[in-house]
Amino acid sequence: MAQLSVERESELKRRAARGGVLRRFAKQLDIQMMVLPGILLVLVFSYIPMYGVLMAFQDYSIFNGFLASPWVGLKHFRMFFESPEFYEVMRNTIVISLLKFFVGFPAPILLALMLNEVRNMAFKRIVQTVSYLPHFLSWVIVAGLVMSLLSVDNGSVNILMQKLNFIEEPINFLSIPNYFWTILVTTGLWKEIGFASIVYLAAIAGVDPSLYEAADMDGASKFKQIFLITLPSITPVVIIFMILAIGNLLSAGFDDILLLGVNPVLRDVADVIDTYVYRVGIQSSRFSYATAVGLFKAVISVGLLTMANYVARRSGHSLW
Amino acid sequence: MIRLGFGDRLMVITIYILLSILAFTTFYPFWNAAVISLNVGSDTAMGGVTFWPRAFTLENYAIVFNDARLLNGFWISILRTVVGTVGSIIVTAIFAYGLSRNDLMGRKFYMILCIVTMYFSGGLIPSFLLIRELGMMNSFWVFIIPSLVSVWNMIIFRTFFKELPAGLEESAKIDGCGNWGTLFRIVLPLSGPVIATLGLFTAVYHWNDWFLPSIYISNEHLLPIQTMLKQILNSNIVSEQVSQLDSAAQGQLAKMQTVTSKSLSMATMMVATLPIIMVYPFVQKYFVKGVLVGSLKG
Repeated sequence: MAQLSVERESELKRRAARGGVLRRFAKQLDIQMMVLPGILLVLVFSYIPMYGVLMAFQDYSIFNGFLASPWVGLKHFRMFFESPEFYEVMRNTIVISLLKFFVGFPAPILLALMLNEVRNMAFKRIVQTVSYLPHFLSWVIVAGLVMSLLSVDNGSVNILMQKLNFIEEPINFLSIPNYFWTILVTTGLWKEIGFASIVYLAAIAGVDPSLYEAADMDGASKFKQIFLITLPSITPVVIIFMILAIGNLLSAGFDDILLLGVNPVLRDVADVIDTYVYRVGIQSSRFSYATAVGLFKAVISVGLLTMANYVARRSGHSLW
Repeated sequence: MIRLGFGDRLMVITIYILLSILAFTTFYPFWNAAVISLNVGSDTAMGGVTFWPRAFTLENYAIVFNDARLLNGFWISILRTVVGTVGSIIVTAIFAYGLSRNDLMGRKFYMILCIVTMYFSGGLIPSFLLIRELGMMNSFWVFIIPSLVSVWNMIIFRTFFKELPAGLEESAKIDGCGNWGTLFRIVLPLSGPVIATLGLFTAVYHWNDWFLPSIYISNEHLLPIQTMLKQILNSNIVSEQVSQLDSAAQGQLAKMQTVTSKSLSMATMMVATLPIIMVYPFVQKYFVKGVLVGSLKG
């Protein structure tokens, strides 16, 4: 009965709608006017560039414009795969992304678990406030701090290592390719670990306290409680964030690499897809080629995201 | 009160030690930069300045605040942050309110349009060419207009608006408020925490962004401080490379000056960071909530 009346109601609504879509639209013109500017901005600044991606299949020239440039199929993709930079760019992108993922993903969870054990609220607040700080600094500032710490003439790291007799002569860390990935990963970790831990802390705070009380009664150690209660409880949040991180896996970084990898000797280890796109696209104006490289990355990223979500769905937690 | 066993106590102590180390290593780079900015440059060059200024001076800051170019950069940064944040919050909030209304025709279509942009984008080059076609190169508006709508912020706003009790709007209607009146007189005044959080994040983005101006702006009167700072730091790196080649002569020269490029750039960095450092601890209690809404409901 109830269902029938719902159906009848919606049928009535539909009939009313048919009568006057335009009239209804006119009636709510003021709400539509609220949405209009936003939609226009989204269309212009997000959808026009999406359409512009087609230039990856053209020999785009500024003089002909997008509409008159000749179509060339997969030429630019083939050029990228056959270019001498392909191997290095792909290797750097993959290695840097994986390093960042395996260090940067678990670290905030670990930090949240540790912060959760702190009973001294003043200490906890100080640690949190300090660890959030770097998230709010620009990459330019962070790069400046790193350069200052690592600088040859009296950077603190060199001073410390000399005092501890680890090294005799100051090392110019930012001009040695072997150190670059470590510096990059450490810097990224330093910048985001605190801020990334917020969500996990909140998830931990949502765990039912009676579970811990019961575990205490049963004589479980804190360590066991973390593994048997806390971690399983926050698994859904962890998985959502893991899916998001995997979708971003090929974004090895941009600001950090561009700002810390300025030294030309680092080119071989520092160039990743995003910085390569910037270099060939913006700096050398090879628009079609750079767009093709960017599109190649976007396609793989969407593939990774879909795959990660598929795996997550099978385990019972998915993003969509 | 539950007593801790030996293993538990050991773990808690380890945690306190690890967290102290973390807090120290997070804070020290910043502290050290502040110390260097307050130390006589030539003295810093002799080495060993770590926790406290050895030869205290405000000279570095005096030079920064007397540099017309740098001051102009600060001014541009402030202008961009204020206009960009206020504009973006207003446009995005209005947009979100419209989309939060269940009676909005076509809301599903509008939402799909927005959500798609969170997964796909044209990327750097097509966006760059678009901005150029629109004639926004070397224009202040390139900082403002493309970031007026943030889909991410829109969704957070919308979630918040949807959770407001429906009775509020109804009573506003009865009292004769139109849709715009309801938004500005009832809904927005109740949205303080969200506006504070998203406002802070938007402001931080605008204040910190250095890349956009580095590709769209060549007129140096329009360069914000972060982009200038990037140029200063890069030239420092280059000079460090050079000084290594010819360290004796260069070192001699560096020691003659009281102010060095390093002490100056540290002072500039401090000033470029200060506004954020001063604001964020006060907004902290809000943004924790804001981040959660964004991540769990987004």
